Amino acid sequence: MTFEYAPAPESRLIVSIKPKYGHFIDGKFVNGRNHFATINPATEEVLSQIALGSASDVDKAVIAAQKAYTKTWSKLSGKERGKYLYRIARILQERAREFAVLETLDNGKPIRETRDIDIPLVAAHFFYHAGWADKLDYAGMGKSPKPHGVAGQIIPWNFPLLMLAWKVAPALATGNTVVLKPAETTSLTALLFAEVCQQAELPAGVVNIVTGDGSTGSAIVNHAGIHKIAFTGSTEVGKKIARAIAGTNKKATLELGGKGANIVFDDAPIDETVEGIVSGIFFNQGHVCCAGSRLILQEGIADEITEKLKARMSKIRVGDPLDKNTDLGAINSREQLNKINELSAAGDSEGAERWSPACNLSDKGFWFAPTIFTGVTQAHRIAREEIFGPVLSILTFRTPQEAIEKANNTPFGLSAGVWSEKGSRILWATQQLRAGVIWANTFNKFDPTSPFGGYKESGWGREGGKHGLASYLKEGK
Amino acid sequence: MLILLERFADPTDLTIPSVGAVCVYNDMVSIARTHLDAIGGKHVPVAAVSTAFPSGRASMEVKIQDTQDAIDAGAAEIDMVIDRGAFLSGKFGLVFDEIVKIREVCGDRAHLKVIFETGELVTYDNVRKASYLAMLAGADFIKTSTGKVAPAATPPVVLVMLEAVRDFYALTNRRIGVKPAGGIRNTKDAIKQLVLVNETAGPEWLTPEFFRIGASALLNDLLMQRMKMDDGYYASPNYVTID
Repeated sequence: MTFEYAPAPESRLIVSIKPKYGHFIDGKFVNGRNHFATINPATEEVLSQIALGSASDVDKAVIAAQKAYTKTWSKLSGKERGKYLYRIARILQERAREFAVLETLDNGKPIRETRDIDIPLVAAHFFYHAGWADKLDYAGMGKSPKPHGVAGQIIPWNFPLLMLAWKVAPALATGNTVVLKPAETTSLTALLFAEVCQQAELPAGVVNIVTGDGSTGSAIVNHAGIHKIAFTGSTEVGKKIARAIAGTNKKATLELGGKGANIVFDDAPIDETVEGIVSGIFFNQGHVCCAGSRLILQEGIADEITEKLKARMSKIRVGDPLDKNTDLGAINSREQLNKINELSAAGDSEGAERWSPACNLSDKGFWFAPTIFTGVTQAHRIAREEIFGPVLSILTFRTPQEAIEKANNTPFGLSAGVWSEKGSRILWATQQLRAGVIWANTFNKFDPTSPFGGYKESGWGREGGKHGLASYLKEGK
Repeated sequence: MLILLERFADPTDLTIPSVGAVCVYNDMVSIARTHLDAIGGKHVPVAAVSTAFPSGRASMEVKIQDTQDAIDAGAAEIDMVIDRGAFLSGKFGLVFDEIVKIREVCGDRAHLKVIFETGELVTYDNVRKASYLAMLAGADFIKTSTGKVAPAATPPVVLVMLEAVRDFYALTNRRIGVKPAGGIRNTKDAIKQLVLVNETAGPEWLTPEFFRIGASALLNDLLMQRMKMDDGYYASPNYVTID
């Protein structure tokens, strides 16, 4: 008996996308210039035209943010700031489906993820930080800690609205005002968030959104009126930012790349582990800085896990991101697809063995089948460089020490996973691993109460939890 | 009970397939068999819940006699319950031996389903362990529950059992059936179960030989959904008889 599934596309009627957008400065939508197209990566359909923010646009936004900081936002009590954050959180929940559909259209990730993960977490971040707004005396930063002033925030395209929430919610809760630049391929949900700010009657200038590319981001980083920078993106750009602000008084948090090791000991629960491996690398098409992109298997179970992983991967549904049954959506851009292709080709030429299940990929749009490489060594580029796609490198180990050495032998240090039924082994391994976030018997779990951030070239500082507040505050007396 | 048997198919449509089996208490086997034969249901097997169902609390002699009686009365399938007390106190050998003995009584004359009562086993580890125990001891089918204890056939429990039969097939080339029973009350829940089978064990299991849903409550909802497909609207549940 064959069992076919009918298509189950989510309707896109709930969103209305304007043909052209400007910036959101001082509480108003203003015209922009030098527009470029933003497309649906699943179909290459042009969704809208986005303005390329210039240095003068950034300047206007920073001036608006400074004015809002001195005149209104820094004068409000924490309790009053909290009210605005609660209001934003509730509106985000009310408009959750609209945000989920828009995010899927603009980013290419499946509706199942935007609907069940991204947008609920966005609301959760605002609720969580709303609760902190009037309790900052207890944040471990001394009595009456103070905000920095204007925060310049530059966010990536992999979790557009979620990264906005990670940045905007703590900034506002701690009394800072914001100039934010979304990634050039995924500006639409940030612009819809600007509407939410208006709907919540947030005072003008507290949140300003300037769209654009790297030049716009650079104008924010180098603007003298910015006191704190929060950046999520590549290690390469993170290093540029660090160089640009060296010798200034600007504070910074940087969330950069990763090459997460997912270590499986031979006593791990096999079926659960296979699910964890799949969510570790194929969640969000592998466009995840903390993805478990290096699978490090104990030799005795390597073949069994690999076979079960292949069987499981054959069940992954790749296709229309708006379909509620889709597991793996579109690659966000042609540029990213080229990078994934280039690194995968390096895997082939360096002697690793590639495997993908049979997939019907559309000619239109940007697609990459879920892929594993076996026979990978530490020296291979696919074991060292961040691919940022649905590509898993599989390595093996014989002793626990070898697993740890391999896991730590990377310039990155963002995430890691440990799979074992033995608690003492998990605790031992997590103490040896040089990674900011370590999951045990699970992967890619996020929560606003938990700090997130990296060691080494994966970044500076933490976001989320009490630790995340610290980067938006100056120590009180 | 007699009237219940009339429901083994949609009374208004004789083209749809019949149920996989009619499952009754031990003393009703011959009545059910006779009635099924009389109404043209010779092909529908009668299954008997056996071995001191639902508690499983009786001596081995009684359990064997119980099973023998059902087979003699015409039962083609035996749904035995395991001794949960023995299982939970770690006496896996005892549970195993009981299944082996009932298997011997069934011989070639009756299919053997082993009921775990997963609501009493509580953990997924136990469900997986019980699945292997039953498969190794000779079960043709593993079944979640008696229907007398909640929770019963929850999707995660069925998932664990489907993974077990899938892995057992890979090891031994023997395909064991799975029967969720209890708690599947509407068509939507049943479709979720079918998706679980398709995605986990594979389409080879999507036949009455290897997958059954124990569901007296489900049938009425299924009839209502079929009526809706014809009429375009939901009828009152009172248009479907409850017995």
